[in-house]
Order: sequence, then C-alpha cells, then structure tokens
Amino acid sequence: MEEANMEHDAHHDLHMTPEEEYSSSKLGMWLFLGTEIMLFGGLFAAYAIFRAKYPELFLESHQELNREMGAVNTGILIFSSLTMAIGVTAIQRGKQMLAGIMILVTIICGLGFGVVKYFEYGSKFSHHIYPDTNIFFSLYFMMTGLHMLHVFVGLIVLGVIMVMTFQKKFDEKYSTPVEMGGLYWHLVDLVWIYLFPLLYLVG
Amino acid sequence: MSENTNGHEKHITSYTTYFLVWVALMILTFITVYISYFDFGQLNIAVAMFVASIKAGAVALFFMHLKFEDPITWLYALFPIGLLFLLIGMTILDTFTRIFPI
Amino acid sequence: MANESVATNVYVPYLEQKGFMSWLVTTDHKRIGIMYLISISLFFLIAGIIALLMRFELMTPMADFVSPHTYNVLFTLHGSLMVFFFIVPGLAASFGNFLIPLMIGAPDVAFPKLNLGSYYIYIAGTIIVLYALLQPADTGWTFYTPYSATTDTDVVMITFGVFVLGFSSILTGMNFIVTIHKMRAPGMTWHRLPLFIWASYATAVLQLLATPVVGITLLLLIAERSLGVGFFDPAKGGDPVLFQNFFWFYSHPAVYIMIIPAMGVISEIIPVFARKPIFGYKAIAYSSLGIAFISFLVWAHHMFTSGISEVAATIFSFLTFLVAIPTAIKVFNWLATLYKGSIELHSAMLYALGFVFLFTIGGLTGVFLGALAADIHLHDTYFVVAHMHYVMIGGTVMGFFGALHFWYPKWFGKMFNESVAKLSWFLVFVGFNITFFPQFFLGIQGMPRRYATYPEEFQSLMALSTYGSWILGLGVLIMTVNLIKGLFSDEKAPQNPYGSLSLEWQVPSPPPTLNFDKIPEVTDWTYGYGKKKEVDA
Repeated sequence: MEEANMEHDAHHDLHMTPEEEYSSSKLGMWLFLGTEIMLFGGLFAAYAIFRAKYPELFLESHQELNREMGAVNTGILIFSSLTMAIGVTAIQRGKQMLAGIMILVTIICGLGFGVVKYFEYGSKFSHHIYPDTNIFFSLYFMMTGLHMLHVFVGLIVLGVIMVMTFQKKFDEKYSTPVEMGGLYWHLVDLVWIYLFPLLYLVG
Repeated sequence: MSENTNGHEKHITSYTTYFLVWVALMILTFITVYISYFDFGQLNIAVAMFVASIKAGAVALFFMHLKFEDPITWLYALFPIGLLFLLIGMTILDTFTRIFPI
Repeated sequence: MANESVATNVYVPYLEQKGFMSWLVTTDHKRIGIMYLISISLFFLIAGIIALLMRFELMTPMADFVSPHTYNVLFTLHGSLMVFFFIVPGLAASFGNFLIPLMIGAPDVAFPKLNLGSYYIYIAGTIIVLYALLQPADTGWTFYTPYSATTDTDVVMITFGVFVLGFSSILTGMNFIVTIHKMRAPGMTWHRLPLFIWASYATAVLQLLATPVVGITLLLLIAERSLGVGFFDPAKGGDPVLFQNFFWFYSHPAVYIMIIPAMGVISEIIPVFARKPIFGYKAIAYSSLGIAFISFLVWAHHMFTSGISEVAATIFSFLTFLVAIPTAIKVFNWLATLYKGSIELHSAMLYALGFVFLFTIGGLTGVFLGALAADIHLHDTYFVVAHMHYVMIGGTVMGFFGALHFWYPKWFGKMFNESVAKLSWFLVFVGFNITFFPQFFLGIQGMPRRYATYPEEFQSLMALSTYGSWILGLGVLIMTVNLIKGLFSDEKAPQNPYGSLSLEWQVPSPPPTLNFDKIPEVTDWTYGYGKKKEVDA
C-alpha cells in the first residue's frame, strides 16, 4: 500500500511524507537561526552600550586589530557562502559529484578562516592583549570566539554532509540535510558580515 | 494529509544568480573597507551598518532562499531582529538616562 | 512487520512494550512526556522538601535550625530547582509532549528524534547541576552580579548546567512550533485548535526566542569568572545592572513560559466540567499570543530598585500594566464559561477553580508591584515572595495538578481514588493560603526576604506560615501517594470518562503507539458542548 523504499523505523514511516519533512525541517531550521540571532544579540547589545559609553576606548583599541586580515577572512567566508549555495543548487539538480566538491571547497574555506583567526589571536596574545585587557577586547574575544565556535560546529556538520553526499545519499528528490547545512553555514557568514565592520572598521 | 503536494515545486536558484550576488557582496565589502579609511564622524557606524545590512539582506534573500519562502518563515526571520532592537534600545535608554550613572 | 500491524489495526497501547531499553531509545512523544513528567515531579518534591526545611528554620526569629549560610544555600537550591528544573520545563515539556500530537491529530511531533535529544540534554543539564550541588552556590536563583562574579562558591558549574538546560528548552520550543504549523490533521484549522495548543504555541515562541538571551548572559558570567572579562564589573568599566537587564529579558518571559501552559490547561478543564462551550474562544486564543508578546516589553519591572533610570522605570511601569489586559480577558472568559454551566466538581475542576481564584490574587498583587511607587516600598519584602508564590503555586502548580488529575486516565489507562484526590486538593488549597497569605502582611510591614533571622514582632505570622507549609506538604504527599497507588489499581480507565470532545479522548486509554489508526478528519471545533450529542469515537 505504500512505497517500500523508505527503510526508516515503523514510527517514522507513517510519520510524514518527504514533502512534509522537507518543509518542516526548513521551518525548524529558520526557527533555530532565530535563536542564534538572539544568542549573538546579547553580545551586540553589550557592544552598543559600551561603544556609546566609551567611544575613545573603542576607537583606540580597534586600531590594534589587523584590518587586512579581517578583510581577507571576510572574503574567504563570503566565497564559502557562494560555494555552499552552489552545492545546494547542484544537489537539487541531482549533481552529486559537483555538490560534494562544492561542500568540500566550503569546508576548506572554513578551515582557512580558522587558520587566519589562529594567527590573529596569536599576534594579539604576543602583544599581551587578552580578553581582560579592556572592554573592547573582551567584546572582541567573546564575539569572535563565539563566532569561531559556530564555524567549528558548521565544519563538523558540513563534514558529515559531505561524506554522505559523496556516498550518494542525497539526490534531487531528497536533499534536505544539504539545504539545512547550507542555511546554518550562511548564518555563520551573516554574523560575520556584522562583526567585521563593528570590530575591525569602525571600532 | 498531502494529496496535492505536486503543485509545490521546489524553487531552484540558478548558478548565475548566486554568482551575481557574490560579485555584489565582494563589491560592497570592498566599499565598506575603502570608506573606513575616511572619517565621517558619527556617520561612520551608520554607513558601515547600512552596507552590512544590504549584504546580510542579499545573503538571506538569495543564498538562503528567503525570497521564496512562505510568510511564516519571513515572520520568524524578522521577529528576532525586532526583539533584538527592543533589547538594545531599551537597555541603552536605561543606561543613558540614569541620574547616577553606574 | 510494522506494515502488517497497521493493516490489521490491532490496538497496541503505547505502554505495552516493556524493558528499560525501550524507554531509553523511544521516540514516542507520549513516553518522552512520561519521562519528563517523572523527572520534573522528582525535582518538584526535592525542592518542596527544601522549602519545608526553610520554613522550619523561619519558625523562630533566631537561626537555630540551620546557619544563615546554609539558609542561603537552601534558598538558592529551592529557587534554582523549582525554576529551572520543574516549572520552566514543567507543563510545557511533559503535558505539551503528551498532548500536542494527540490534540491536533498527528502521529507524533515533527522531529521525534530531536525530541528525545532534548530530553537527554535536559538530563545532561540536571547531571551538571546535581554535580554542582556538591559545592552549592549561594547566589539565589537569579545569579545577580557583582556577587555572583565574586563569591567563592561554585557559580560556574550551576550556571553552565542552566545554560545546557536552556538548549533543551529551545529545541523543545522549536519542535512544538513546527509540529503545530505542519502536522495538524485535515480540517484542524487554527480556530478549531484546542486552547491548550494555542497556549503551547505561545509558550514555544517564548522558549525559542527568550532563552538564548539568558544563555549568552550566563556564558558572559562564566567568562567573567574564568577569563576576567569585565562586562558586569564596574571596576573594569562594566555595568552590573546590564546583567539584570539581560537576565530579565529572558526571565520575565520565562514567567509566562511557566504560566501560559497552565492557562491552557484551565481552558481545557473548565468547559468539560461546566458542559458549556468555552466563552470567548478567540479572545482566549489570541490573548495567549498577546501575553507572550507583551512579556518581552516589561522585563525591567523587576529592577525598579536596582538603580535603573527613572525614565526607563516609568516606561516599564506603564508597559507592565498592559499585561493585566490579556490576563484579565482570560479570567473573565473562564468565569463567563462557568456562568449557568452544569458544573461537576471533579478533582481536576477543583484545581482549575483554585487556579482562577489564586491566580487572580497573584495577578492583582502583581499590579501593585508593577506600580513604580508601591514597588519601591514593597520590593524585596515578603510581599514579593507571596505574590510570586501565588502566581507560581496558585497558578502553575494548580494547573499542573489539575492537568495530572484530568489527563491521568488517558495517560496511564488507570484511575485514582477520586475522594482522596478531593481531600488532597482541600489540604493543598488551605495549606497554601495559610502559608502565603500571611506573607502579604509581613511584606507590607517591611519584613525583607532572603533572611534566616528576623525581629521578634514578626514571629506569630511567620509561625503561622510555617504551620501552613506543613498542611500544604501533607496535601502534596497524599496526592502523590494517591496518584502512584492508582497506577497499580485494577480499575481500567474508560476511553472518555468526562465526555470530552477533544481529539485525545477519542482514542483508547492509554493511546495506541501511533495515536490514531487513521488520521482523523476534523469537522468542528473542540468545544461544541451542549449544542449537539457526543460525537462518535
């Protein structure tokens, strides 16, 4: 009476059609992104208050940050968003190989972002700048640190999805996990789009 | 529950669109870095946030396909942003209208 | 195998499968609901016993039973356990899980595996916090800075545990919102939904969007203690009141995370036992969303004496009065539903009526406190203690007990002793009022909260309050024994003992594993009592 190709457990089988699962996952993911916005929101609020309170401190301190490195990282992250988006379209069109490669490129970009960040943190520490140096650097380390944490989580998620893509687990009929991974990765990019000017450019 | 889901075709964005969005994002990034070398005083942050918001909007609308989502998704994409403004706005209001600042 | 059982429509109750493993890996929302129910009830009893110890200490003016430091630890434990382990996950996670799919005509929640994951995250959080109890904090459940950033008790551990619990709350909220949007049975339009579903939806929105703010706040507190970050430390240019701003941005909505599901429960119980359609369905439904929305606008009314600005205090005081409107709408509609109804005083109905009565007191005293001028006098006195317990026990716990007695037959397929249930209700109701009503007077006379000792002149009222706590404790004990005994009784519960029209009563008790043999077709709203004969099962 029903298609026999779905090998999930009995509970899951009767649970939802693939279309319903797709639209539910998507809504769920957007809700989750909303919580992420609120999570970073606390930090943005703290930033707004302390910047308004101590404009000189922010102006002075932000010049310690390496604008070029920040710009390079912005470029890397935006490029990774592009490759991720291409990966999603590729899998929606059933091109498993292309999708897998695009996710791989995205992961490499993410790792590159981490490497640049590693050198940035290293040079701050070598100049004796730590999270407790002043309020600006507290914000800098908390904001970029939390963002970095999201990058790591994203890399793990994308790693799993990439392997599954190469194993041909996804195709034009079923691409939900790839799209969800993509949404998450774009959020990481979105947050950085604000962090970069706030911390590196206008202090 | 779902007799007529066939009518709901998934929207697939073309590679060209993505590429154009990416070019726009790179141009905007360049602009925002470039103008950061000039000082507009109080306007600095306003300009930077304006450009960032255009970039964020482009990522959300095209890369994240928000453009093609239903109203509920739009609601839950925008509502947190409103709440965030509320949190920031009211906290700032409190901090800067105190007679005895802490 | 699975397909056969579906094809032949054999009734397999969800409790049929035995064994520890079948519980550990279950994705059945009903079983997950039971696991939450057991966990939160346990914490409720533990935190209740701690409360009894505190009341015992307060019987005399001197600190003769425990030292003041131990007393601080006790009220931190009582507050943290009650708030974060019982009342926040409480009704939403246990009854929400059990009822939402049944009420909307779905086989399960949208993400069953994630649902189980949320439960395990909750357990992980509890383990961390229980570990933290080895060296308990003495900050109170609010972890206010600067004290929490400087005390040498272990604040980091308990804060981290609460942070983890927040994740569980967020994922549950997300799961419920998607479930209610995407899994309603055909014909189950928004305006036919049971009001408990509307309440759960509003709660889920709060869980989803307010919890992350407390998450980041607690994370910053941890960074403050471990990395030397100075957001809340004036010595480093920080602002201790900022912590309170962030904290209450979550914790005020959290009050409604606690109370809205209880309101939903009351909206289910009252029409069934009044045999009348609920009055003002849409007003009740939308007022749930209204409360949720306004709750984001009023957080700073907890901070009128914390040094926030007069401008902010005035605005927040005004906004606070707005919350009274949707809340009053609900109370009026419940009363209108009762009016000229043929009321049956089942134990669940008694709890519902207790809710309406006590919550009204709690709500009205809240309006006092929301008024800036009065709050300056009453803040941090026993008036606040009494107010919040009238809202939390008189509201949420009454709703919780009501829900327990109401859905017990459906959930377990067994019956409890109704006369004993009525007796325990009486003891709970009377004991509660004797415990907390005197505290309003204590507060007005200026008795501050959070102290192990107090001046002699307050002793008579303090002792009265302690005697009340014993009656309340006895009532809860009898209720617990009665409900547990009912599980082992031979009396099988009928499918629909109260003649309710809601979908969960149209399946056998206890419900089959997949809830419905066939997804039902809904043709009418849930509250058509008296208009027509019972719909067939």
